[in-house]
Amino acid sequence: MRSLALPRPLEPMLELASLLRRHGFPVSPDQTMAFIEGIGLLGPRGLPDVYRAGRAIFAIRRERVPEFDALFRLAFLGMALPAEPPGAKHEDVEAHDASGTASQVEAETATLDPGLLAAASERLSRRSLVSRDAAALATFAREAPARLPRRKSYRWTAARRGAAVDLRRTLRSAVRSGGDVLALRRARRKLRQRRIVLLIDVSGSMKERTDQSMQFAHALVQAGERAEVFTLGTRLTRITSALSVANRDRALERVAALVADIDGGTRIGDALQAFLAVPRFAGFARGAALVVVSDGLERGPSEPMVDAVKRLSRIAWRLEWLTPLAADPGYRPQTKALAAALPWIGSLADGGSIEAIASHILTLARTR
Amino acid sequence: MAVRSTIAGIGSPQKLQEALVSAQYLAGEDLATAAYLALALGKPLLLEGAPGVGKTEAAKALGGVLGRQVIRLQCFEGIDAASALYEWNYARQMLAIRQAGADPVDLYADAFLMERPLLAALRNPSLSLLLIDEIDRADHEFEAFLLEFLSDFTISIPETGTVRATQPPVVVLTSNRTRDLHEALRRRCVYHWIDYPDPALEAAIVMTRASAVAQSTANAVVAAVGLLRAEPLAKPPGIAETIEWAEAATLLNSQGASWPQAFRRAIGVALKDHDDHIFIAPRLAALLPGEAA
Repeated sequence: MRSLALPRPLEPMLELASLLRRHGFPVSPDQTMAFIEGIGLLGPRGLPDVYRAGRAIFAIRRERVPEFDALFRLAFLGMALPAEPPGAKHEDVEAHDASGTASQVEAETATLDPGLLAAASERLSRRSLVSRDAAALATFAREAPARLPRRKSYRWTAARRGAAVDLRRTLRSAVRSGGDVLALRRARRKLRQRRIVLLIDVSGSMKERTDQSMQFAHALVQAGERAEVFTLGTRLTRITSALSVANRDRALERVAALVADIDGGTRIGDALQAFLAVPRFAGFARGAALVVVSDGLERGPSEPMVDAVKRLSRIAWRLEWLTPLAADPGYRPQTKALAAALPWIGSLADGGSIEAIASHILTLARTR
Repeated sequence: MAVRSTIAGIGSPQKLQEALVSAQYLAGEDLATAAYLALALGKPLLLEGAPGVGKTEAAKALGGVLGRQVIRLQCFEGIDAASALYEWNYARQMLAIRQAGADPVDLYADAFLMERPLLAALRNPSLSLLLIDEIDRADHEFEAFLLEFLSDFTISIPETGTVRATQPPVVVLTSNRTRDLHEALRRRCVYHWIDYPDPALEAAIVMTRASAVAQSTANAVVAAVGLLRAEPLAKPPGIAETIEWAEAATLLNSQGASWPQAFRRAIGVALKDHDDHIFIAPRLAALLPGEAA
């Protein structure tokens, strides 16, 4: 592009566009053109005009504005990038977003009970999630498309025995027979897969189950049209995008890099509150099948967890709690928090193995 | 892409900002710049922000400034062609067939076509502003369709042919960001994130919009709302709630309630969730504006 001898003032603008692209912003040539035209339209009276035009036309998300600012300074003022640009990796953004909220909630509980902080100290550790094949996963992948819970879409499709009369088709066939309606064509609502939100407890007490939960989560994201997966520990992390890689080993590597609080302390209540506090995440739960995989061993006060469960049960289509402890048929929830939250939980069932989790999720549609 | 530096007599972001003020909408410089660029470059304007920050109001004010009729398409889950584009009036078509008897009848004449927002905006692009509200509620299929619509501004009706806009209409999209929009759609738009206004601006908005609120009341309410928004509430109060709270408290005060009492009794217009009330109740006294007058 440079060889075309562009006017010199254009250089920093093109530089900004290519910098943005190199740093993972999706920038189309069309946007670059619009940016240059826009600057021309604005005058520009100064650098703030150029900056505003850049933010508006490159459609910079709010979380990535600091990153954009740094690149803008580099392109127009020749200032060096900060040592580590905030949120440099694309996938990190969600986690940053979420953990910001989570830490806010954490600070609050810390004031409630100073001893709690020591007990549930953030033992941040990265454990590699190396996976092995399991027959249960293969079965799930095969059966999921047909058996995952569904909801009615507002779209209609022609059907022999539909609930409503398809006026358009009926009229068309009536025209052919000179205005006489010989047969009523019918239509029914299409069915869409209901969103499934999987919240996985990755705290120390769930240590032995984390690997298989992650493998299942990967299978779910791959098989389902609409699935969202989060991990709950000392913070909340959205791992859906990491799991969207088809190769399981690579996906789990990405998850391991993303989740910093595996085997750490448990603050389920705070993590659920953080989930509700981000409107976009809470929106995922609306009308969704919400499945929590956790032993419910809440070490903090029980109120935040009970309150969060209460609120989630009102947003979600169903709220299911799968715990490995329920593998024992005589199981009754022991912890205060889980016992108090029980009235708002649709069913408390076995979550001890991939098979148990998979079969529970596949029967959700039937038990309604 | 049609580039016009002056639209309806507006030649710069500053002019647009002034014009919006006269339409009772106080916009920041960032919003004015984004809106001006969208108009000048002939691109759709995408406004994102928390519920209640005035995204829809911005679009309506823009319509007022440009002297265009705002055609609003409210999105919802499962929105379909019949509610977004057009629908045939089947009952009238059927009657027409019956009445015509042996005579030929044009079933697909304009009289039988019921316009929906997208078609209406397309047929009258110079006099309308198309507001596509809460696009995040619609599903992905509709978003993909919209992408196509926004790039070539045509609608094809199988029975009659293609309707094409003579010029690209002014389009404003809003989103509450309950889900991420498709990247391709964002790229096609000029984007602006509307934040809650800073206290001075919000107080000015209260003074502009509310009827009989004293400046001191406005300041006090804005400060209290700022504190409420910092709390982890299910429904943080938007700008409309701020205005209503100021008005309600002023009304109660004029009927003899003391200021803190008036604010406390009127809290129902600011917080509209039972859990939020319970959550905030123990600390309410500290959050409420004290002596406002």
